[in-house]
Amino acid sequence: MHGAEILLQPGVFPRLLQGLWVTIWIAGVSVLLSLPVGLVVGWLMTLRNPIVRFIMRVYLDFIRIMPQLALLFIAFYGFARAFNWNLDATGACVLVFVLWGGAELGDLVRGALESIPRTQYESAQVLGLNSWQTFSRVILPQALRRLLPASVNLITRIVKTTSLAALLGVIEVIKVGQQIIDANRFQYPDATLWIYGVIFFMYFFVCWPLSIVARRLEKRWAHD
Amino acid sequence: MLAGFAACGPSGATPGSDNNSGSSSTGAGKQQTARTLDQIKKSGKLKVAVFSDKAPFGYVDKDGKNQGYDIVFAERLAKDLGVKPEYTTVDPAARVDVLASNKVDVTLANFTVTPEREEKVDFAKPYMKVALGVVSPDSKPIKSVDQLKGKTLIIAKGTTAEPYFAKYPDIKLQKYDQYADAYNALLDGRGDAMSTDNTEVLAWAKANKVFTVGITKLGDEQPIAPAVQKGNKALLNYINEEIVKLGKEQFFHKDYDQTLKPVYGDSSNPDDIVVEGGKI
Repeated sequence: MHGAEILLQPGVFPRLLQGLWVTIWIAGVSVLLSLPVGLVVGWLMTLRNPIVRFIMRVYLDFIRIMPQLALLFIAFYGFARAFNWNLDATGACVLVFVLWGGAELGDLVRGALESIPRTQYESAQVLGLNSWQTFSRVILPQALRRLLPASVNLITRIVKTTSLAALLGVIEVIKVGQQIIDANRFQYPDATLWIYGVIFFMYFFVCWPLSIVARRLEKRWAHD
Repeated sequence: MLAGFAACGPSGATPGSDNNSGSSSTGAGKQQTARTLDQIKKSGKLKVAVFSDKAPFGYVDKDGKNQGYDIVFAERLAKDLGVKPEYTTVDPAARVDVLASNKVDVTLANFTVTPEREEKVDFAKPYMKVALGVVSPDSKPIKSVDQLKGKTLIIAKGTTAEPYFAKYPDIKLQKYDQYADAYNALLDGRGDAMSTDNTEVLAWAKANKVFTVGITKLGDEQPIAPAVQKGNKALLNYINEEIVKLGKEQFFHKDYDQTLKPVYGDSSNPDDIVVEGGKI
């Protein structure tokens, strides 16, 4: 139990929380910006225009095939060399996560919109709703319900993937943990397990509420 | 490997341009030009790439402040330039790329000079050196390579100790993949001694009281030096002059006393590690 004492050292917990805040900030900003991007991309994907469809296809496949780490390195080091576009590390992370979140969410939106049966549109028109009313009152509420589980899954993936930011020099929760472990490696050689254990619970308590909210909403909407 | 990926951009292969004139041509498709001395002074900040998890050379203390042997030098370098240091923490693999993409002005992160790295960055004069060390139990200390003949030596795979001791057929080598395993093997008495970087064994022996570093300096000494972007002659010359100047006041010995001595103890000789005035 000797290693557990490191958690009681002054500064250890506050610093981990600071690191967690950086993680949450990057993930939060990325998710908030991904939502409008994803909705627009999803809508564009349902259009019949072949050029728009082709561009969206290339965008989605490129983002999906490339490992996030490679995208991060391109945004951080590659842009600086090729276009003289010197993003700071946090900015590069947000850019990559918004592009990634937007693409994946867009595909989810497309799937949800296309899964609404044709008859729903036709019935709405028969009832005298115009096209905006059809979309906002009939199609969107149903699509959102189908969208929810997969979106929460995507958000938790974004939260966890922020750990890659450490490789660009961002001091987020994982990096803070490594710094603490290393600074104490002579006094507390077995601190690794305890620090990573705490980080595990930190990620858990960030992602868990999302699952709860999603489950609640799904239940409530099931009875509408 | 992934860092190399980013380097595959259209300009990645043209790092040799000479930027000492001080003109900041920043056209698209060109490698980003390093900041000149004037630009650094004007901005009031010297951007330095450091380690944040390699105690006691570059680490972060309990208050979240950068500390260590490299950081003491960085603080002084910035102070003499009349600016404040701004730290970017890096991983070993990122040390070349942060310079090439101009994220930082200088890398001070336990950067060993190697021919491959010299093709990509410009190294200044060394301020430290590293060689091999041999650690053994207090009760049966190993003080020379001759004493190792017929005995078992523990080493970690991939370290410079591996090729070095391959030259001695009389010494039985026991190899481990992980540092931790190699140290545990020594603790368990599965070998007579263990060898790796002297900076590493000295720190370990300090934490494990019944062991001693009988040989503190063995094999080729590898210099550790500050690095700047390829072609940034003005900053390189400035750092070289600074290192020579600091040598006159034995600055790196003071740095050693402040940061490394508490870890290595009184028994080890600072001259095995410290380089003054850039002369090995």
